[in-house]
Amino acid sequence: MTPALSCHGLRRSFGALRAVDDVDLTVEAGARHALIGPNGAGKSTVFRLLSGRMRPDAGTVRLADRDVTRLSEVARCRLGMSQTLQHTSLFASLTAAETVALAVRRHGPTGGGARIEPWPRRHPAVDARCAELLADVGLADVAARPVPALSHGERKQLEVALALACAPTVLMLDEPAAGMSPAESARLLALLDGLPREVTVLFVEHDLDLVFDLADRVTVLHLGRVLLSGTPDEVRASDAVREAYLGTGRREELFTS
Amino acid sequence: MTDVSQQAEVPDNVVGGTASVTDPGRRRSPLTIAVVVVVVLVLAAAPLFLAPFATTTLTRLLVFGLLAVSLDLLVGVTGLPSLGHAAYFGAGAYAAGWVSVHVTAAIPVPLLVGAVVGGVAAAATGWVAVRSAGVYFLMLTLAIGEVLAQLAQSWDSVTGGANGLSGIPAARLGGEPLVNAGYLYWYVLVVGLVAFALVWLLARSPFGAALRGIRDNEPRMRAIGYPTVVHKYAAFVAAGTVAGAAGSLLAAQQRLVTPSDLGFTTAALVLLAVVIGGAGTLWGPVVGAAVVILVRDALGPGLGGHGELLLGIVFVLVVYLLPRGAAGLAGLRPFRRRRP
Repeated sequence: MTPALSCHGLRRSFGALRAVDDVDLTVEAGARHALIGPNGAGKSTVFRLLSGRMRPDAGTVRLADRDVTRLSEVARCRLGMSQTLQHTSLFASLTAAETVALAVRRHGPTGGGARIEPWPRRHPAVDARCAELLADVGLADVAARPVPALSHGERKQLEVALALACAPTVLMLDEPAAGMSPAESARLLALLDGLPREVTVLFVEHDLDLVFDLADRVTVLHLGRVLLSGTPDEVRASDAVREAYLGTGRREELFTS
Repeated sequence: MTDVSQQAEVPDNVVGGTASVTDPGRRRSPLTIAVVVVVVLVLAAAPLFLAPFATTTLTRLLVFGLLAVSLDLLVGVTGLPSLGHAAYFGAGAYAAGWVSVHVTAAIPVPLLVGAVVGGVAAAATGWVAVRSAGVYFLMLTLAIGEVLAQLAQSWDSVTGGANGLSGIPAARLGGEPLVNAGYLYWYVLVVGLVAFALVWLLARSPFGAALRGIRDNEPRMRAIGYPTVVHKYAAFVAAGTVAGAAGSLLAAQQRLVTPSDLGFTTAALVLLAVVIGGAGTLWGPVVGAAVVILVRDALGPGLGGHGELLLGIVFVLVVYLLPRGAAGLAGLRPFRRRRP
């Protein structure tokens, strides 16, 4: 089966720093694939290279069976790649519902894309899809509230709704649970767990409990290179991963669960 | 990128409405509609009560107001502050004037020619500008404006050079020339209202929502699949078209077009009108245009030519006292939302 998303020999340097150094990554279709690693491991840079926000110095990115290395972020999104960013990045003058509506109108209430019309018109299907997405992430009560009036956790939830509104085949989440309360985090886990298997999820996360609850595949990055890629159990058992996180001199249990 | 945590206004009264939540502009209060009806009626009846000179001033005000509305589509809705917008106004004015002199002054020919030439000029020059952002956009539009103003100055055979394009005949409606100041006013008012309504609908459409998304956070718009440069270019051309239409009204009203009509001073004044009136509201800039025209043309002569000085003082006061412009005053009352 063709992987949903893969990259080969991906490199990106910032001056002398090799932020991403020869990274190969294969995300199988339908996987819940976690990307973890200590701070500065290059996780966010890999994300930017995959999503097209940043150009690699070398290497290729494939979305399903298509080489998208030279395609823009916009084109990749239209092909089914959708992302949330580590730091919430929303629209200060829009309400939660209007924010989601932007993406629903672009990608169509049932997927497949739609025209952006230059005249006002009612679209009950768009409204219904927005309401459904907001309810899914737990924002039904604050749909008409402007984004600046939302709490940090609510904004993170809105990010997820916005990414899902793009009707993705590959959903990329950069630290989706960062700053969320335990209740919000549990809801997010349930939401991601409940996504249909046609949606492949690749996510960066520091909350290792969430990683091991959700992921069926884990890739560990360290200093811009892939340290290990395997099942959650293999990663848990790995000494190399423990050393990367805690240094060689420490022997504490990193993964308590 | 806009940091959303910087702004913390919480209009809680907007929660729980009955209309579509993705489209709050649909919820118009009866009071708002009544205000609009009264304003339109007063504007329509104005020439019946005003002296010809006052009617002419009001006509100029409407022309300038329409130019300000077209610029607000760029500045307030899309977040592109242009310092060269008068170029498309002037291009439309010269084109409409030239057609009136050499071909026909029959309405709607000069109007359509002015709008098309304004749009074509914007299409020809806008692609370079919309690929930049922030202060670079400002500088590029300034440069484009100066180039077109220089062209108007030196292309004697078409524009009349520094003397301007003079001898423009009165616009004709059904064979009758509109020489009466009142009839001319009504022509300008009708075109202005229709153009305003079109810009309003555009700003309220899904396309307009995308433009506001670009204003708030362009990188995020790209990430959700919007080709933002194409959208900005379309907005730029639309704004240029409306500015060209406003230019044709200028030609009909002044019967003379000079290089200063598309120069830096006009471009700066119209940007001032947008800021004074309240960017992003569309109707606010019309109020701003009224303030600018009244201060400069009506009060200025009485101050011994110090109208611009007074305008500067008004601008400083507005920035400090009304950060959202004159339109922000309406926001103080609970019935008004600030978005178009």
